[in-house]
Amino acid sequence: MEKQTTLSAKQRLIRSSSKNPGETRGKILVSLCALIIIIATLSITLFLAIKGLQSFIVNGLNPLEFLFSSEWNPTSSDPQYGALPFILGSLAVTLLSALIAGPLGIGCAIFMTEISTSIGKKVLQPVIELLVGIPSVVYGFIGLTVLVPFIRNTFSGSATGFSLLTGTIVLSVMILPTVTTIATDAMSSLPNSLREGSLALGATRWQTIKKVLIPAALPSLMTAIVLGMARAFGEALAVQMVIGNVRDLPGSLLDPSATLTTIITLNMGYTTYGSVDNNTLWSMGLILLIISFIFILIIRYLSARRKI
Amino acid sequence: MGMLKEKVDKSKQKTSDKKEEKDQSELILRVNDLSIYYGSNQAVKNISFDIEKNSITALIGPSGCGKSTFLRSVNRMNDLIPISHNQGEIIYEDLNILDKNIDVIALRKEIGMVFQKPNPFPKSIYNNITHALRFYGIKGKKRLDAIVEESLRKAALWDEVKDRLDQSAFALSGGQQQRLCIARTLAMQPNILLLDEPASALDPVSNAKIEELIFELKKDYTIVIVTHNMQQASRVSDKTAFFLNGRIVEYDDTETIFTNPSVKETEDYISGRFG
Amino acid sequence: MNSKVADRIATGVFIAIATIIVLVLIGLFSFILFRGVPQISWDFITTTSSTVREGGGIRDQLFNSFYILFITMLITVPLGVLGGVYMAEYAKPGKITNFIRSCIELLASLPSIVVGMFGLLIFVNSTGWGYTIIGGALALTIFNIPVMVRVSEDAIRSVPNVQKEASLALGINHWHTIKTVILPSAFPGILTGAILASGRVFGEAAALLFTAGLSTPRLDYMNWNPFSTTSPLNIFRPAETLSVHIWAVNTNGIMPDVEAIADGSSAILVLSVLFFNLTARFVGSAVHRKITASK
Repeated sequence: MEKQTTLSAKQRLIRSSSKNPGETRGKILVSLCALIIIIATLSITLFLAIKGLQSFIVNGLNPLEFLFSSEWNPTSSDPQYGALPFILGSLAVTLLSALIAGPLGIGCAIFMTEISTSIGKKVLQPVIELLVGIPSVVYGFIGLTVLVPFIRNTFSGSATGFSLLTGTIVLSVMILPTVTTIATDAMSSLPNSLREGSLALGATRWQTIKKVLIPAALPSLMTAIVLGMARAFGEALAVQMVIGNVRDLPGSLLDPSATLTTIITLNMGYTTYGSVDNNTLWSMGLILLIISFIFILIIRYLSARRKI
Repeated sequence: MGMLKEKVDKSKQKTSDKKEEKDQSELILRVNDLSIYYGSNQAVKNISFDIEKNSITALIGPSGCGKSTFLRSVNRMNDLIPISHNQGEIIYEDLNILDKNIDVIALRKEIGMVFQKPNPFPKSIYNNITHALRFYGIKGKKRLDAIVEESLRKAALWDEVKDRLDQSAFALSGGQQQRLCIARTLAMQPNILLLDEPASALDPVSNAKIEELIFELKKDYTIVIVTHNMQQASRVSDKTAFFLNGRIVEYDDTETIFTNPSVKETEDYISGRFG
Repeated sequence: MNSKVADRIATGVFIAIATIIVLVLIGLFSFILFRGVPQISWDFITTTSSTVREGGGIRDQLFNSFYILFITMLITVPLGVLGGVYMAEYAKPGKITNFIRSCIELLASLPSIVVGMFGLLIFVNSTGWGYTIIGGALALTIFNIPVMVRVSEDAIRSVPNVQKEASLALGINHWHTIKTVILPSAFPGILTGAILASGRVFGEAAALLFTAGLSTPRLDYMNWNPFSTTSPLNIFRPAETLSVHIWAVNTNGIMPDVEAIADGSSAILVLSVLFFNLTARFVGSAVHRKITASK
């Protein structure tokens, strides 16, 4: 390697674009990838917004009626497009499955971090990872073959077994690993001094968990539940297979019902692209998109309040 | 060991002949009123001093006194810390190397750096040395082989590793790893070597070897070394700068600093009263 | 005394919860495997499916699943790794980086049915391709890209900083340092993440319903010309994957052996995903050992 003593320091050391070609190319390459991510996100938002608003702009549907009417009769001579039953159905399965999976997931996280870390690591950790791996259609399939007949035979209120309750249970199992994983991370990132301080004051383990650890980890635990809810809200096929897909508001947990995602799944293939019926499905898609935004905002709000 | 040294000396001799013609006391680095900040915290405060060509300058002082920060600014490694910025200048061959228009890549090639903890790449011994050569477009097995051998000889590592050049660098001992790091820097033919406590993470035997090596390297390179080890500073260096709280309290010939310091803090520090 | 009783009860409750979860998993797995594995036979894997008659297999669905996965990863891995390099090495803290992070976050939280709708709009209708493998793969790319970017960014960030410093201090530029030092060190992490992501992509169905479709044309596995309509390699043909097949068979299936097909398909799907997860673990630790090993 020859010394470039023939070149002056200026020639050697002043920056010029010709000296560093690989760097520029690399920078352009990675920036391009970042740009693709931005373009993908913006075009999803933009195209789904345009397409989702068409039923109101082109077909002249009343947005308020779409959101707040419970009459869904697209095929009658005087078609009505009230999506309220599906919006409520989506919210119901989301909240109910969070009510089941939340306590179970957080309880499991507490078991893994506070009661027995060794069983947690050796048994529960792999169990949770396996549960994450099961595809959602398989959850739906098991719900359909096990849960639906079980509910039909157990509860006299359910004629078919397809019900809000069935959908809720399937979703609860599905989001349980999500909730548990994040809750476990939250609990295990609590400083040990919190536990020791409380135990040293003579508090029992349960008092420590209830009075010290859970309050300290609360924003993260809430994040765990919200992320689980976001997953439940967006799930389509597993719910569609077990919920019954009727267009009426459910009167009880045992009534069949429908959600935004299940109606989209069912009807997208059976409606003509560009028709009113089809456009209302895109409006429902837009609602799904907006609610995803809201979930992100909630998660951001929670992580800003995180103390740990 | 004696044979090894002889070999090293010989290979040294060839290159140092070329440099002989240059003035021995030529200045290679001139630091003018340099201040370095991390955010709002000023780590180096208005220091000014000169470093002679082919000399060893030791930077001593208690932890956090700014000596490593200064060292990392000489080859612009501080650029990696986004919150760092600086004022003043470091003149190297008539150029202020802190200028925006300096090509830091070319600069780092001429001003090499060896870090406190040995940090070889997870590659073979051979590839650790050729890694940077390949980037500079040096090809051909013969040519690479020659540079690998020369650099390893200069770093006094050749005899220990010549039969296992394709083994992982991680298989070497800590001291050998550090000499490999020195060898791969030497392969770039730098003008200045910056050593950031190069022996502090090593055992005493390796430490002594590195020290011996530094002394050898002086013939060909200008060396700036940060050290916590007073004996080391007094043994190897020509000049010593004592840093305290981001300032240079005293800068003089090493002998003067260690036998007859003019500032009381220097004396206190050297005699181990603080730091 | 009271508080001690409460403590005991609480501990019991937590143990009960943990037990329930383990039992649920055991129940799910034994259900799938005990019912499904007996259905799996060479015949089942190698014959085409039938819409009305008994004895249909899943040959095409299985091939489609792997082929779509392959195309998806072919697009996602370079895009995700380079995106991860951007986020970990080039992105400067500021508005643009925050915006990109928000984009990734949004993509990650999109319901997959919404991704499928976007795919229908762009890759099926706007392009005029109809239901195609490439449309499905592009939809799955949107679904998978946030995961790959995150995995790559994490793997790159966990490369020791001293490695990067060592390379830069030798006068090597940032890009070359990334290519020759950082990415090789991050490779095990990226590989493990990519295999895990493959499992997720393999099981995904909702994003494919409206993009790759619910049918498969007659395929001739001897035809390797990717531009021929009967070639399995043609990326402009519709392709029903295994996951979609399970859904379709359960919702609209009219063949007499619906249950057997669904059982067998689910077992194969779950076993495949399980295989991906185990491989990810194994490969991750093996490569890690190889790279850090001192010979």
